[in-house]
Amino acid sequence: MRRLGLALVLLWVVATVLFFSIHLLPGDPALLILGGDAAQASPEQIARVHARLGLDRPLPVQYVAWLRRVTKGDLGTSLLDDRSVARDLANRLPRTLQLVVPATALAVALGVPLGVFAARRRGRVADPTASTLALAGFSMPVFVVGMLLVLVFSLRLRWLPPTGYVSLTEDPGGFLRHLALPVLALAAAPLATVMRMTRSSYLEEAARDFVRTARAKGLAERVVAWRHVLRNALLPVTSIVGLQVGSMFAGAVLVEYIFSWPGINALLLNALGTRDYPVIQGVVLLGSTLFVAVNLVTDLCYGLVNPRIRHG
Amino acid sequence: MARMVGGDAPPDLGDARQGGSGTVGQPRPRPVWRRSRQVLVAGPVVGLLLAAAALAPVLARADPNALNPRAKAQPPTLAHLLGTDEFGRDLLSRLLHGSRITLVVGLSSVAVAAGLGTLLGSAAAYARGPVETAIMRAMDGLLCFPPILLGIFVVTFLGPSLRNLILVIGVLYLPRFTRVVHASTLAIRELEYVESARALGASAVRVVGGTILPNIVAPILVQASLATGHAILIESGLSFLGLGPPPPTPSWGRMVEQSGRFMQLSALPLLWPSAAISFTVLAFNLLGDGLRDLLDPRLRRGT
Repeated sequence: MRRLGLALVLLWVVATVLFFSIHLLPGDPALLILGGDAAQASPEQIARVHARLGLDRPLPVQYVAWLRRVTKGDLGTSLLDDRSVARDLANRLPRTLQLVVPATALAVALGVPLGVFAARRRGRVADPTASTLALAGFSMPVFVVGMLLVLVFSLRLRWLPPTGYVSLTEDPGGFLRHLALPVLALAAAPLATVMRMTRSSYLEEAARDFVRTARAKGLAERVVAWRHVLRNALLPVTSIVGLQVGSMFAGAVLVEYIFSWPGINALLLNALGTRDYPVIQGVVLLGSTLFVAVNLVTDLCYGLVNPRIRHG
Repeated sequence: MARMVGGDAPPDLGDARQGGSGTVGQPRPRPVWRRSRQVLVAGPVVGLLLAAAALAPVLARADPNALNPRAKAQPPTLAHLLGTDEFGRDLLSRLLHGSRITLVVGLSSVAVAAGLGTLLGSAAAYARGPVETAIMRAMDGLLCFPPILLGIFVVTFLGPSLRNLILVIGVLYLPRFTRVVHASTLAIRELEYVESARALGASAVRVVGGTILPNIVAPILVQASLATGHAILIESGLSFLGLGPPPPTPSWGRMVEQSGRFMQLSALPLLWPSAAISFTVLAFNLLGDGLRDLLDPRLRRGT
């Protein structure tokens, strides 16, 4: 419960910072919205935008009104087309999840076994090779991985479409083919991170006394590896996976850009060009909420997996 | 392994790697240059990168922004060692000049983060009480913004420029340094030599700056190297989205984005900057990893 409270406080801080950022930034946000100084906006236009954003009221009043609306899930409407920001986000969130969830699954499903593999072959050729590959994996920016995947799999081999989105319900096969490259690009760095963490944590646990005891009492190597070493080694891995999922929501911004994937971050990028402030605010708020929520869930899971640290 | 340095070289350890499961207690002394292969490899690479960036105007024979319609998207030739891009600009020149942006942003933002973080972290750990709570909670607050989102948000509203990029990335990495310095200072502030400095009547500033700081340089350095790698990733990501220093300034992220549109025509202009970013980040990551093994035995994992 304490953790949940803390998370809520953090979210309140984020929301507050987002709210005040519009007022702290130099210049009149209405002018920004109307296209900057160059646009020569008339006083009436400015007044209209002010009224629209509620900027004509005193700051504390605006703040309270805004917070009240946000807690109800009302994020305002787009300045461009009057559409509800919350509804747009709700429409697009599943598409971002369609990238993040499989990418997480892939990172864990490949990262953990590879990490164990490298750890168990410590000092032989496979280990430094795998470790170096992993380091290279998370040294490559997600957009470089994405571009290279497009270059190889779409342009050279012509196996998969380079960009675009097909709805899962309309064309499941096409959906999967469009999904493959973005998911691979998104999963590359987390995969490398999970692998490295698994490896080092496995090695750490394998050197513990209880592992020696387990071996000494004659347990099969398989039992020692699975039940004694891996189970303990996975603890730090769970927390790193949580962190990775959180940052994947943000990393998806580049992936969605490259692959023209219509998720929440693509919405953000469109809004940036037009300075559609409510939309930008909404996406950053949602992104931060997901980030905080994922970290909270990770913390709680950590307590579940590791009875030594239970949160009250 | 051909040459041993000094008289303290250990008896032949074969290829046994450091911190192996058999090592108990004190690690055996080894010549410094052999202790970390990563530093051995990455150190000179980082040095070369810095030199290349510093000497870019001398090394690059062609103007990085000169358009040449007659030499569009050429493969490598003697005149253009790495070829030209879709506007006929010399890729080698652009890469070299781009390295300056990357390294300046990477290193300065980390310097901002490390400097401020050291100040805040040591202040928090030394003052304790409400000051500590305020500083550390503020850092928690900063941490709940996903880095690249916050970067996009701030740069859009402050306008894309080198200075804003450095400030944003610096602030993004501030919590890390504050936490590292805070934790390290807490760990040693009650040790006897710190106490003796205090007993001798040294002021708080003097104790922190003169006694504590020199003893926690190692973790700060390790963080700095790793954070530089991350900072470069963020910088190139923002440049990729067009939020870096405005054109025509060459930056690696933007080069990837622009040449990506023409990759059907020619892949080389895409591959060079991609490789440049990846290798630079890799070098800083390796350096950080190696420095961690080398400088901070407490953090030593089975690497």
